[in-house]
Amino acid sequence: MVAKELEGQTYNLKIVKWFSVCAVIYLVVGALVGDFIAWQLAFPSLNFDPHLSFGRLRPLHTNAVIFAFGGCTLMATAFYIVQRTCEVPLWSSKLAWFTFWGWNAIIVSAVVSFPMGWTQGKEYAELEWPIDIAIAVVWLSYMGNFIMTIANRRTSHIYVANWFFLGMMVMITYLHVVNSLAVPVTMTKSYSIFSGVQDAMIQWWWGHNAVGFFLTAGFLGIMYYFVPKQANLPIFSYRLSVLHFWALMFGYVWLGAHHLQYTALPDWAGSLGAAVSIAMIIPSWGGAINGLMTLSGAWNKLRDDYVLRFLVVSLAFYAMSTFEGPVMSVKTVNALSHYTDWTIGHVHSGALGWVAMVSIGAIYHLLTRLWDTKIYSVSLVNTHFWIHTIGTVFYVCAMWVSGIMQGLMWRATDDYGNLTYTFAESVAAMHPYYVLRSVGGFLVLVGGLIMLYNVVMTIRGAGRTAARA
Amino acid sequence: MSFQEKLEKNVWGMIAMVAVVVSIGGIVEIVPLFYLDNTMEKLNKDEDSIRPYTALQLEGRDVYIREGCYLCHSQMIRPFRDEKERYGHYSLAVESKYDHPFQWGSKRTGPDLARVGAKYSDEWQVQHLKAPRSLVPESVMPDYAFLADAKLDDSLTESKMRALKAVGVPYSDEDFKSAASAVRGKTEMDAMVAYLQVLGTMVKFQEGRDYRE
Repeated sequence: MVAKELEGQTYNLKIVKWFSVCAVIYLVVGALVGDFIAWQLAFPSLNFDPHLSFGRLRPLHTNAVIFAFGGCTLMATAFYIVQRTCEVPLWSSKLAWFTFWGWNAIIVSAVVSFPMGWTQGKEYAELEWPIDIAIAVVWLSYMGNFIMTIANRRTSHIYVANWFFLGMMVMITYLHVVNSLAVPVTMTKSYSIFSGVQDAMIQWWWGHNAVGFFLTAGFLGIMYYFVPKQANLPIFSYRLSVLHFWALMFGYVWLGAHHLQYTALPDWAGSLGAAVSIAMIIPSWGGAINGLMTLSGAWNKLRDDYVLRFLVVSLAFYAMSTFEGPVMSVKTVNALSHYTDWTIGHVHSGALGWVAMVSIGAIYHLLTRLWDTKIYSVSLVNTHFWIHTIGTVFYVCAMWVSGIMQGLMWRATDDYGNLTYTFAESVAAMHPYYVLRSVGGFLVLVGGLIMLYNVVMTIRGAGRTAARA
Repeated sequence: MSFQEKLEKNVWGMIAMVAVVVSIGGIVEIVPLFYLDNTMEKLNKDEDSIRPYTALQLEGRDVYIREGCYLCHSQMIRPFRDEKERYGHYSLAVESKYDHPFQWGSKRTGPDLARVGAKYSDEWQVQHLKAPRSLVPESVMPDYAFLADAKLDDSLTESKMRALKAVGVPYSDEDFKSAASAVRGKTEMDAMVAYLQVLGTMVKFQEGRDYRE
């Protein structure tokens, strides 16, 4: 089954293959850079100035995992799901290859940009203006192709996974364009057109929705296709999906302000952000329950279905992170957690636990179907599962402890009202946790390498079988 | 046929509906910040000496952004007792009105720098940037000794100021004229120290006044 016959037309699965392989490579690259900068915080002599210092590599890590790994996963899965659920080939194969090469060119330009120090200085939107324009063009090519494929569909209804992808595409266009508005000085230097408090609000409107739409809505699209498909059961509740979708589209947009509690952002905005954040527990858990309950009556499949295991654990992490996030947005909790490693722990329970797990599950699912073959090694997949899970738990626990400890040390006062600890003492106290976090990250990296090896061997095996046939 | 079902059968309707629904939150939270009077604190003449960065400070700020300092240092003091003790008066929105982009940060791997200006001597700052652990043994900051060897490119300073003027920073023709000469021969280290030494020093706070009414 390289390509399914459709009245003379065939699905374009080649583009899905290429994006999937890229996603696995970028998973390894992103984890490698991430683990390296984690070790830099534990042992600062690992900073090699000027190009390989923490401040220049950190954006490379975040952009590599979000836009290279996450982006390629979203493009692979969206192009696969939209063809399968609409029962038509992609609207334009040429455009899809433009998206593929364009997106990879952007990733390469990021790999050059960040060590050189070319940055706009806004988190998760650091790339300079010429690359920002390229991102907008390539993103629109992705969205246009997706929409036109749906418009051509042979099914009567648009499947729920596609709603989530559509929501992500519309919102990311919006966010990227507004947040990146800048006045250029040279090809590698520009200034945001916004300043101070307005720039802060716009940045976190972008920042939290890069999480909410790119890393959540898009990956929920993956969940809504691959969980029922892998379990071979219909989604638990249609009504719950409708509620999940519209509440997510409406609600997520408000949350950015909770990153600015107690700052110079007016109080009303932060409070509004926190209030909606708490309300978001309901649709988020609705979605998690919808995914998990799809398996009701079929839990025994977990015993030997290696893909389902990734998907189920990802949903558990999704539920946990979407509970933790609203808790952290409450002012009293935020007063302690803001500026600390707790935030980093929270992000990684979402990124490693939810986003990476659901992606890895989806890619293992795709692997055997796209290449029409058996997986090279099931036991390596199981090793990957455990090593990734344990690495994530190490990482997240280390950051919880260090984050809360930091927050408490900063605010501690003695009987006379003097600060108990100097800032430097709080830095020294972080050392063991920074080491533990680096070990957790290393496990995730090793898991990624195991996956890459398994993917390569599976594809090579498929090639040999095809040659013999 | 329900409204939801209509949307599920019409991709253009679905897109339009999504576009409307995702716009609301952003419009409510962002747009008012541009016109509500109380977004910026009101300062009287004695308090307010907020002005655009000088040419050298601006170059220093660009180094600060290039090196990703904002990833480990915040510039936003919250109104808590411990932060007042450690860093000084809580930050005001007006203090960053000329900051394109804002540098409030989100993480304190190192301490807040919103009021680091004039807290240490220039010599201390230079030594600390060159070899942080020679002064603070617990520090995990990278060494920035190379800044002392990097000469500033004075040909860009004026265009930087003109770009900022285009987005509302009130630089004068005088500033443009003197931009290049103000940074000529200076190093990135000089610029960085000039920037750090001005941080948080532009408002003369009155004891006991509540600036966030």
